[in-house]
Amino acid sequence: MNETVTKNGTDRPMVKAEEVHKNFGALKVLRGITLSVGRGEVLCMVGPSGSGKSTFLRCINHLETVNAGRLYVDGVLVGYTERGDRLYELHPREAARQRRDIGMVFQHFNLFPHRTALENVIEAPIQVKKIKKAAATARAKDLLAQVGLADKARAYPAQLSGGQQQRVAIARALAMDPKLMLFDEPTSALDPELVGEVLDVMRQLAKEGMTMVVVTHEMGFAREVADQLVFMDAGVVVESGNPREVLANPQHERTKAFLSKVL
Amino acid sequence: MTTGTVATEPETIQAVPLRHYGRWTAAAIVIILVGLFVYGAATNDAYDWSTYWKYLFDQRISQAAVVTLELTVLSMILGIILGVTLAVMRLSPNAVLKSAAWVYLWIFRGTPVYVQLVFWGLFTSIYQHVDLGIPFAVQLAHFNIQGFDAPFTFAVIGLGLNEAAYMAEIVRAGITSVGEGQTEASVALGMTWVQTMRRTVLPQAMRVIIPPTGNEVISMLKTTSLVVAVPLTTDLYAKTRDISGVIFRPIPLLLVAATWYLFFTSILMIGQYYLEKYFARGSTRKLTRRQLAALADAQVESMESQEKR
Repeated sequence: MNETVTKNGTDRPMVKAEEVHKNFGALKVLRGITLSVGRGEVLCMVGPSGSGKSTFLRCINHLETVNAGRLYVDGVLVGYTERGDRLYELHPREAARQRRDIGMVFQHFNLFPHRTALENVIEAPIQVKKIKKAAATARAKDLLAQVGLADKARAYPAQLSGGQQQRVAIARALAMDPKLMLFDEPTSALDPELVGEVLDVMRQLAKEGMTMVVVTHEMGFAREVADQLVFMDAGVVVESGNPREVLANPQHERTKAFLSKVL
Repeated sequence: MTTGTVATEPETIQAVPLRHYGRWTAAAIVIILVGLFVYGAATNDAYDWSTYWKYLFDQRISQAAVVTLELTVLSMILGIILGVTLAVMRLSPNAVLKSAAWVYLWIFRGTPVYVQLVFWGLFTSIYQHVDLGIPFAVQLAHFNIQGFDAPFTFAVIGLGLNEAAYMAEIVRAGITSVGEGQTEASVALGMTWVQTMRRTVLPQAMRVIIPPTGNEVISMLKTTSLVVAVPLTTDLYAKTRDISGVIFRPIPLLLVAATWYLFFTSILMIGQYYLEKYFARGSTRKLTRRQLAALADAQVESMESQEKR
C-alpha cells in the first residue's frame, strides 16, 4: 500500500471517513464509521444484510446524505461545503460535478434499457463531459473490448446475460475515467457460472491500480484482491485489516459467527 | 457423445392440420350478418346516399373539418404542456406545488367538459377586464375583454385546460413507471436533474405515455364536437347540423360528419403505431429479423468449421 502512495506522489487518502453517521428517520443505519482508503487500494466490505455496507457506499458518492461526521473523497468534503464553522448544503450541480470522478456499479446493473451497450457507455462522456461523439465511441469500443464484449456493442441490455450486462455497466462507469470505483454487490444478482466473468474484469482493474471500494459476499475475491477487509455489522466496523488475517483468524465473536456461515 | 451433423438430422414434421369446424361456422355467420347489414344500408332510402355523396366533399364541410383539426391540435398542445407541468408539480417535494396540482386535477377532472366549455363562454360576464402587473401596486397592462369575442380561443382554452388534468395523470404514471435504479445510475454518472429527465427518464416513460396520449388525441378530436357549448359553430359537427337544418336531411349529414371523424382518427392511429414502435426499442429480448439472420449465419459457420475438423 505504501508503495502506491509514493507512486502517486501524495499521501492524501482517496476516501476518508470520520465518524460517519446516517439515519433514515429514527432508524440508525450507520453509527460512526471511520476508515480510510489509500490511492490504488482495494477495500472490500463484508457483513450481514442490513449492516449498512451499501448505505456507506452510497454515502461516498452522495446518493445518500451523511447526517453526522465527515466524509472526504480525494480531500474534498462530500455533500457539503464548509465555510467558517458552518456546513452548507451543496447545490445539485456541484454534487453532480463531485460524482463525475466516482464510478459506481450496482447490484442490478441499472443499464439504460432503451440504449444499446455502446450507447450506454458513450452517454455520460457525451452528456456530462461534452466529449465529441466520435472520440467517445472509439473509447467505448476499447472499453467494451477490455471487458470482453467487443461483439455486443449493438445489443440492447435485454438481449444480454446478467454477467454481460454487469460488464457493460463496468465499462460505462470506466468511460468517465473515474479516480475511484464503487461496487455495490456486483455479483449478487448473477447466476453462479456468470460470477467469474465479472470478478475477472474487477481483478484486472485492481491490477491496473484502480482505487476500489467493493461491497461483496465473494470471500475468495476479497482474500485474493483486497488490500483491506472491513467487516461491518449493525452500522459499525467490527473488525478490519489484512483480508487473509481477518478471514483466517477473526478476533470478534460476530465476525467468527458470520464467517462460519459464509465460508 | 454423438455429433449433430446435418445428415443424421430427422425429417421436419409435416402433420395434417386440425379441422376447426366450430370456428368456420361462426365466421360464416358473421360474414352473412355483415353482408345483410351492408345490403340493407345500401338499399334503405333513409340513408339518402345521393345527398351523402353530394355533401361529403362540400367545401363548407372540408373547411369545418380544418377548424376541428385546429381545435384538436391547439388544445392538445396546451393540454400536454400544462399536463407535464402539473405532473412535475405533483412529483415535487414542495407541499404547496403538490397540493396546487392536486386541486387543479380535482376541479378539472371532476366536472364535465361540457359544463367547463359553457363557463368559458361566459368568461366575459364573470371578468370585466384583465390587468397585468403587481397586484395592488403596479399596473403594466389593461385589457378590456368585454368586446373580446373569440369563441375559438375560449374553445381551445376550455378543451386544453380540461385535457391538462388527464395528461398530468398520464405523464405522472409514465414517470413513476421508470425504476429508481435508472435515476440513480444517471445521477451516479454525474448527470444533472434535467439531463436525467431528458435522456433517461422521459424516453422510457414515453413507452407508457404514448398509447394513452394517442387515445387522448383521438378522444379530443371527437370532444371538439361539444364546442357548441361555448358557443362555437364553425367546427365539423356544428356545420353539418347547420346544413341539415336547412335541407331537412339529418341522417346523410350525420354520416358525412362520421366519415370525416373516422378518416382523421384512422390517420392518427397509423401515427400512433409508428410512435409506439419507436419508443419500444430495447424493451424486448426478441431479436430483430436482421439479428436472427446474423445469429443463424454464425451457427452455420461454426457447424461447418466443426465438420471440417
